[in-house]
Amino acid sequence: MDLTPIWLTLKLAGITTALLLVIGLPVAWWLSKGRSVIKVVLEAIITMPLVLPPSVLGFYLLLAFSPQHGVGHWLQQVFNVQLVFSFQGLVLASVIYSMPFMMGPIKSALQQLPVSLSQASYSLGKSQWQTFTKVLVPNIKPSLLTAIVLTFAHTLGEFGVVLMIGGNIPGVTRVASLAVYDSVEQMDYSTANAYSLILFAITFILVISVFVFNKYRLKSPLE
Amino acid sequence: MISIDIEKKLKVYRGLQVLKIAETFPAGSITKIYGPSGEGKTTLLKIIAGFIRPEKGEIVAEGTTWLDTSSKINLPPQKRMAGFVFQDYALFPNMSVRQHLEYATKDTKWLKRLLEMSKLETLTTHKPEHLSGGQQQRLAILRALAIKPKLLLMDEPFSALDSEMKAGLISDLKQLFTELHTTVLIVSHNHEELEGLAGRALNINDTNSAN
Repeated sequence: MDLTPIWLTLKLAGITTALLLVIGLPVAWWLSKGRSVIKVVLEAIITMPLVLPPSVLGFYLLLAFSPQHGVGHWLQQVFNVQLVFSFQGLVLASVIYSMPFMMGPIKSALQQLPVSLSQASYSLGKSQWQTFTKVLVPNIKPSLLTAIVLTFAHTLGEFGVVLMIGGNIPGVTRVASLAVYDSVEQMDYSTANAYSLILFAITFILVISVFVFNKYRLKSPLE
Repeated sequence: MISIDIEKKLKVYRGLQVLKIAETFPAGSITKIYGPSGEGKTTLLKIIAGFIRPEKGEIVAEGTTWLDTSSKINLPPQKRMAGFVFQDYALFPNMSVRQHLEYATKDTKWLKRLLEMSKLETLTTHKPEHLSGGQQQRLAILRALAIKPKLLLMDEPFSALDSEMKAGLISDLKQLFTELHTTVLIVSHNHEELEGLAGRALNINDTNSAN
């Protein structure tokens, strides 16, 4: 059995999760503070992948990243970067697709912290950034872990968006979920089963880890 | 000295109410602000600390303008550095007793003295969830004092302490306030409380007007 799709999937999920953590923490923090029209619109855009069929999202990303159109054309002309049918394109699409899974738990956890925690920190002369890193983030650890695991696991299982943007190029964009589909198409059920079992095991271990980590807090990791 | 002249609309169950206060608090004075719940005592402290912005007004502390709505001056809480003791304590769940104080000050001598005064020396590694209500309240007071504030705002600071602990702490605090020359505003719903500590009492009801 070719393990390349599994490694490619883990690499894609790892990079996507790391990027979303860096982007998601400050953006979720900003969104958690008060409300404005811009915030409502941005939140709606971030949430769209949750309700939109992956193939629809994939189709529009394919159009946007295509070297013949808009952003894709500009990237091709200026930086000689082609996002369609490339691993970089998969990463970008995964970041967009999995964004609500990172943002949701973090934003919700930040909103649940009493506002007096930030105020107490400010009254000690601490900046907003110091307050965020030393007070707020350490107190949302369970939700942060939940967000990381959900994002990672969700990226592992991507299919529609990945197929539209990446195609199915072995060693480049052929991730495990596509390999399962291909194997079934070729009636190779034992290979399909092997890929599926590995994905199932990884996801199960991840979810179990979150339950174990959060057990003292008596809170479901999906909350 | 701190002088306050502010107006802030408050939403209350019977409609709108205007919190209107024009007072001067001499440097080093201790003032108790009392009155029924929902009349704006906590809001007043939060306006002074810079957490809430009033519609109109001016706050000048030790010659520095903290707030002047007509000139659009509004210093952030970080620049006002008013010590604040929250009614819900607002302790950081991720920090131990020592870490709370170290987050506020790097002065180890001062930190040691505060710990001695609070009788929390044996609990320095404990996090808030492992402290009793009284211990949490003492830690909240210590944290506010750790920055040696020129102005200390305390919202129901002694409600979780028993009378013996309260008497001991008040006596130590009096000494500290004199030493630091701290101006103190203490909010309390109980008029009789703090007779021995506060030099002056201000009834919030006398300042408000209903709309």
